[in-house]
Amino acid sequence: MPADFNRVAHDWLDNEAGPVVRPYAMTQGRVVPEGGELDLVAFVVATTGGPAGRTASLQPEHHAIVAAAWEPISIVELAAGLDLSIGVVRVLLGDLRSAGLISLYEPPAASQPHDVDVLKAVVNGLRAL
Amino acid sequence: MDSVRSNGGGREGRIPVALKILIAGGFGAGKTTMVGSVSEIRPLQTEEVLTGVDGADSVDGVEAKTTTTVTMDFGRITITEDLQLYLFGTPGQDRFWFLWDELSQGALGAVVLADTRRLADCFPSIDYFEQRGTPFVVAVNCFESEQRFGADAVSRALDLDGDVPVVLFDAREPQAARNVLIELVEYVARRQLTSASR
Repeated sequence: MPADFNRVAHDWLDNEAGPVVRPYAMTQGRVVPEGGELDLVAFVVATTGGPAGRTASLQPEHHAIVAAAWEPISIVELAAGLDLSIGVVRVLLGDLRSAGLISLYEPPAASQPHDVDVLKAVVNGLRAL
Repeated sequence: MDSVRSNGGGREGRIPVALKILIAGGFGAGKTTMVGSVSEIRPLQTEEVLTGVDGADSVDGVEAKTTTTVTMDFGRITITEDLQLYLFGTPGQDRFWFLWDELSQGALGAVVLADTRRLADCFPSIDYFEQRGTPFVVAVNCFESEQRFGADAVSRALDLDGDVPVVLFDAREPQAARNVLIELVEYVARRQLTSASR
């Protein structure tokens, strides 16, 4: 987040920016996930039979995420499907990762060049559609 | 990680590779239309809620409001079971620039949509991607088959580097929109080969 985020925050506070909501109540006010930031297109998959006994503190939203991530799903689709904001989903995913209930798979690092074979596959795939 | 070891079912072996492509351009240039025309899923919307984590600014009347919501459009194209493209329509308003930073992190490239009636609207997008070094193509959305300028004229008017592709298309046509994506991916591949051979 840019350093001047808070300084200019008032510029965004108008009707066009959407309704005032309190989504972070679900995360007890936490805005940063445990274990670091997560990419929008990182994939989430529920682990089978995660550690029992540590799930008591989980909220309905946590359980909904685990249920939705039975098959691998990207974070952005998870958020859209559950109608939760991206930031909230990230914090909840951090909790679930700490509890061992999900695995997270980050996309290749931004610094790496994209594999030319992958690019060819994309072009061929798009042509075939 | 315990979770991975205890999994055992091999489901993690099927995690697809996801590539991000950004669809940028001025307000009304056709970003949402393009995402919708090529996406295999109904375009979805997701929200990012921004928080004023350090408390409220001392601006009269708005001290209490420390969150604001930005809506992003996105769509998906499955190339193979293991390879998916995600298209993100970038938020149009200037005050959401910082969200672009997150979106363009690791992105394959960007499509800048241009409307020749309001060409200047796409200048900020072009500046942004040029500064970040994100590969982009310019796609001129020809509304109602209107084709008032050729690709060369648009390229000159935008003062683009010679190798930046400019294509004319209709954002409502899935095939035309896919061709724009193909143009982008081929351009990314060319750039990569060029930089690798240096």
